[in-house]
Amino acid sequence: MMPGTIPASVRLSSWGWRHAGRRDAAVRDLDLSIEPGERVLLLGASGSGKSTLLAALAGVLGGDEEGEEFGSVLVDGRNPAQQRGTSGLLMQDPDAQVVLARVGDDVAFGCENLGVERSEIWRRVHASLEAVGLDRPPEFPTAQLSGGQKQRLALAGVIAMQPGLLLLDEPTANLDPVGVVEVRDAVASVIERTGATLVVVEHRVEVWRSLVNRVIVLDHGGSVLADGAPDEILRAEATHLSAAGVWVPGVHAEAFSPGDLGGSDAQLLLEAKDLAIGRPRSAIIATGLSLQIAAGRTTVITGQNGAGKSTMALTIGGLIPTRGGALAATPALAAGAADSPIRWRSRELLGRIGSVFQSPEHQFIAQTVRDELAAGPRALHEPADAIDRRVDELLARLRLDALAAANPFTLSGGQKRRLSVGTALATRPKLLIFDEPTFGQDAVTWRELIALFCELRAEGHAIVAVTHDREFARATGAVEWRMPDRRQLVDAASGPS
Amino acid sequence: MTIIAPLRVGNLALVNPVAKLAAVFIVSLTLLLTIDWLSAVVALGLECGVLAFTRLPLRAVVLRTTPLLIAAPLAGITTVLYGQPSGQTYWTWWAVEISEGSIALGIATTLRILAVGIPAIVLFITIDPTDLADGLAQIVRLPARFVMGGLAALRLVGLFVEDWRALELARRARGVADTGRLRRIAGQSFALLVLSIRRGSKLATAMEARGFGAKARRTWARPSVFAARDWTVIAIGCAVAACAVVVSVAAGSWNFVIGS
Repeated sequence: MMPGTIPASVRLSSWGWRHAGRRDAAVRDLDLSIEPGERVLLLGASGSGKSTLLAALAGVLGGDEEGEEFGSVLVDGRNPAQQRGTSGLLMQDPDAQVVLARVGDDVAFGCENLGVERSEIWRRVHASLEAVGLDRPPEFPTAQLSGGQKQRLALAGVIAMQPGLLLLDEPTANLDPVGVVEVRDAVASVIERTGATLVVVEHRVEVWRSLVNRVIVLDHGGSVLADGAPDEILRAEATHLSAAGVWVPGVHAEAFSPGDLGGSDAQLLLEAKDLAIGRPRSAIIATGLSLQIAAGRTTVITGQNGAGKSTMALTIGGLIPTRGGALAATPALAAGAADSPIRWRSRELLGRIGSVFQSPEHQFIAQTVRDELAAGPRALHEPADAIDRRVDELLARLRLDALAAANPFTLSGGQKRRLSVGTALATRPKLLIFDEPTFGQDAVTWRELIALFCELRAEGHAIVAVTHDREFARATGAVEWRMPDRRQLVDAASGPS
Repeated sequence: MTIIAPLRVGNLALVNPVAKLAAVFIVSLTLLLTIDWLSAVVALGLECGVLAFTRLPLRAVVLRTTPLLIAAPLAGITTVLYGQPSGQTYWTWWAVEISEGSIALGIATTLRILAVGIPAIVLFITIDPTDLADGLAQIVRLPARFVMGGLAALRLVGLFVEDWRALELARRARGVADTGRLRRIAGQSFALLVLSIRRGSKLATAMEARGFGAKARRTWARPSVFAARDWTVIAIGCAVAACAVVVSVAAGSWNFVIGS
């Protein structure tokens, strides 16, 4: 055990929180006790106040101007906002948690703030980096770490403060499968060494099940719906949890029957031959790529981190130039435009190729959800009544009709994802390209997306998706196309051939 | 982050950033007091001499000072064409009037921009932002909240560049990138602003969760020390400034900007 960590207890009595400017409280009348050393998985639908609760336990909810607090929250018998360092919080976004430019400095940051003596800081920095298994020297630049490594770095920074209560808010939602395992193992190792109390919020139960010894399910408005041993709760509440968006092991998505649309007679839309790709003004990252995309087929692009999957999606989407080889649209796709998509004007992409990026926020260009969906058809100068009909139909199909007047940036994660898919659908492109469409989505949104993809395919759209999600590939009946690994490419390039 | 990556070679890498900052301030402020060519030439000559001792790779220095090497003559030419005319006039055309005085002023302007700009750039490209923050907080005793907040924000700059590129591609994908370039850039800037604020507030929460702004007295993992070497750098800065002033005043070419 690392010396200095004293496992903390949690006591909430009639606790509640209402965000400033909201009518309803995010959490109301919550009574909860967690004993020192307990390892808790906190579940609940989005909107059940899980993140609010974690922020309160971490003491970062803010003061009176941020919202109104009811009842009491105590960590080790004291208000967490008054005793920084007793609880440590790890959040979702790897990029938002790196504070400093060098690995060692970043880990030391929390200790400095707590006024830890210099020689003790560096002892803790080394011990923490070792505990999370981040094998990088202290002067290593944080900008060069992968997502999983950044999360482990943030975890090292948290445990260097020796918190008795470790709080994890969806720490693996933005990571690929390799990163998920890295972070989970690092947490397991830390808990083993420190014995700290653990509270994890996470949709993906499977990842954390072996590590936790208690599951608490919050209902809407923050009351406790179920509380007990993991196996018992997951069995008893499986259906309810699954409906609330939790990934319950053993409860799978309904089997879809995409039908046999992928026959050899499918119409070819786009063909890459011996393609070389790379971002503009950067090195070429992959060469010799060949791929055929046909109507009514789903193709998933898989491969290692850094293999160039997203770059491939941008290239075949006609958004960045090819760096060698050929990429040609067939007359069926080009419909009168040039045969190379990068030579199309922006407006010519509409109706032909629709690209949906990993981060929906980058693609929003309008003030309301309705205008966002109408932007594409308007750019094509379609008649106003036809646009209205199309938008209404999409709003209903994506369950966004109640939010038609809302600003796209204010939507929840799942709603933003559905809207970004909708913007691509609005001009009915023959080819749809998605980058990690299911990343960070809860089980409910995931099932909706799968159903939508199967419908689109049945309607004859060609679909290409960059994904790490094997279950997605299976459920949509996709054909896998794997990017060559970077190492093989480097070896091949430097080899005698 | 490469756009702000510091050079970690040469004799200057070990000098405390606060000393470099002080030396640059002394030289720049002195040179901004006058607009004669002689003081600029003296300062520039001495600076080039000092530069030779820093053992910085010449290629890197030239590369990073390129914008200045282009801007300085341009500013000079502008002054020649439009500067306050005096003495003999050589050529006039509309608002353009090239005279003896405006030519002298143009040359002085070019030299001055180089004399002020080159040391600033050379010293700044060798400054690591983290070391500067340590120095500002521990030696100049600026508030830690301000210094560390600024340092953390600097790290987000690299992300803004990536965001901007993604926003551009996204607009092409959405079919709105053919026309209305100005309006599109305005919209894109607004989107970048929204994204930046979100990133900033997330980072602020992460920093707060790590005890930033806590009541405890902050300690520093990296000591920032001010040694003989640092005083030497400041002394060199003073010497350059003093030489420029003395030579210029002695030669009678010093002309005080304020009140002249």
